[in-house]
Amino acid sequence: MRQATELEEMNSRPRLYGLMAEFEEPTALVQAARRAHDEGYRRIDAYSPFPIEELTDAIGFHHTKLPLIVLIGGVVGCIGGFALCYWVSTSVYPLNIGGRPLNSWPAFIPVTFECTILLAALAAVFGMLALNGLPEPYHPVFNVPSFEQASRNKFFLCIEAVDPKFEEAKTREFLTELGAREVSDVEF
Amino acid sequence: MQDDTEDPVSDSTITPPSVIGGHQTFASVTDKISAIALAKRTRTGWFIGAGISFLLTMLLLYTIGYLVLTGIGIWGNNIPVGWAFDIINFVWWIGIGHAGTLISAILLLLRQQWRTSINRFAEAMTLFAVASAGLFPLLHTGRPWLAYWLFPYPNTMGVWPQFRSPLIWDVFAVSTYATVSALFWFIGLIPDLATLRDRARRRTAKIIYGILAMGWRGSARHWHRYETAYLLLAGLATPLVVSVHTVVSFDFAVGIIPGWHTTVFPPYFVAGAIYSGFAMVMTLAIPLRKFYGLEDFITMRHLRNMSKIMLATGLIVGYGYMIETFTAWYSASTFEEFMIRNRMTGPYAPLYWLLILCNILIPQILWSKKARGNVLLLFVVSIIVNIGMWLERFIIIVTSLHRDFLPSSWAMYRPTFWDFSMFLGTIGLFLSLLFLFIRFLPMISIFEIRTILPQAEVHEAGD
Repeated sequence: MRQATELEEMNSRPRLYGLMAEFEEPTALVQAARRAHDEGYRRIDAYSPFPIEELTDAIGFHHTKLPLIVLIGGVVGCIGGFALCYWVSTSVYPLNIGGRPLNSWPAFIPVTFECTILLAALAAVFGMLALNGLPEPYHPVFNVPSFEQASRNKFFLCIEAVDPKFEEAKTREFLTELGAREVSDVEF
Repeated sequence: MQDDTEDPVSDSTITPPSVIGGHQTFASVTDKISAIALAKRTRTGWFIGAGISFLLTMLLLYTIGYLVLTGIGIWGNNIPVGWAFDIINFVWWIGIGHAGTLISAILLLLRQQWRTSINRFAEAMTLFAVASAGLFPLLHTGRPWLAYWLFPYPNTMGVWPQFRSPLIWDVFAVSTYATVSALFWFIGLIPDLATLRDRARRRTAKIIYGILAMGWRGSARHWHRYETAYLLLAGLATPLVVSVHTVVSFDFAVGIIPGWHTTVFPPYFVAGAIYSGFAMVMTLAIPLRKFYGLEDFITMRHLRNMSKIMLATGLIVGYGYMIETFTAWYSASTFEEFMIRNRMTGPYAPLYWLLILCNILIPQILWSKKARGNVLLLFVVSIIVNIGMWLERFIIIVTSLHRDFLPSSWAMYRPTFWDFSMFLGTIGLFLSLLFLFIRFLPMISIFEIRTILPQAEVHEAGD
């Protein structure tokens, strides 16, 4: 039953995820990505074996919410850590030692500090994974045979079929013009 | 700050060796480093090393088994020396771990490109050192199966931890440190795991690396968030690493025992941690680069830079020793004065002078540029520093405790066989984990090496 609906879905969906152009050099990829963006393509992504600062700019991706998520994590950790020390030491388990103050806040700083770092770090890691949509075991780009080299020494630019400007023949021609070594179909 | 090619003191006459040797391409660095993890045949040398480490790990398990069944009376520590090998080894191991975080986080923030070849295995070293360190306080509690009592959780006994105690600070600091180090290490591995997934030819390897890589595909959007996360983690790990050894030093400094109660302890402990950590990185890096032929990646430049850091932190440690002695005299406290005199001339005096020899005198040879270029000498010095830093913790703990305020409670401390077997066992555990790591994971960060190759630079017209 489920298989049948999935098959239906497969048939109704377009055959192509997009077109993938392969480049030899990081500079060529950045230039191609910039040209594609200037041309008006918006649903594009570039793949490289290492982070390239200019590339993010070229595909028009500027902002990430990650620093804000990390800040929230840190603030929650800080308040939570201190609140834990305060609550335990003043309400649930108060120890009167020579009449010293129960809210001895300087002694709570180490735990507060460690909780701040811990929650901020967890927010950074899991925030990054969540925003990137990882883990994602299947992705159509892996169907391109040469894509194995994307984690070695090849550079790729993919224009997705959902882009309003996408027309298979025209886009293929455009990518070839950009100096791609090879343009391949990305199938679902 | 970009990198330290300009070093007016020592490197003005010759150009320093570069960060990456030989003529490397994206493909060659990928193939060279991933081949070690993906090789079908395991080298005999690996089996010998891993086998010895495994035997020592078995010794550890045997010791722990006997310890849990019998109790910590099998160790030599007893009142007045209630803390001995277990705390010495704990502090020693934690300290070793600190260099890993320093290399991966602080040197990243300072944009020291040379860190790239050594950060991965230095981080692994951190993780394994923290794992070894954690065993000691855990077993020292005597009832390790109740160790979760240290954590604040609602329980039927109605008991909560004492948040004013340095021992609870330690629990939070060390567990946070272990968690953040593990995350930092794993996040750094993801792109390389994707490389291994794509390069592996065997199905099981492909599946395992594939699961661990979590579907990483090197998308520019992913890289952007990844780099942001990595930088933020480095920024978080930097104060963390300083805080951890500060808290470890609070374990001592908050007490009133003569020789522990000094304000210089936190910076002096942090410097000592970095000192011993770099010594351990050298001890591991020198045989590794030789054995796996990685001289192009871990170059003389790395070894020279690390020896300079060792020299600098060693001098801070020397300053710490000096201030300890000065404080003892300046305090005009009979007990502090006695403690220092007892350290220098008492029953443990030979160990104190051996410590000065190992940590202060011998490393001064690193002032010489020729010495910094001699790999064998660096290896020997790094081992000597490791021994010296272990002796330092022995001296701080044992000489302060064995003769404190009341002469009627004085006693000598002698370690037993089980003290040594536990210590050797954790060395075995540490090395076993390290052997597994270098066999199955890329010990050098492949993607970061790619970024520092000249070909990685983007030349845009009009820029």
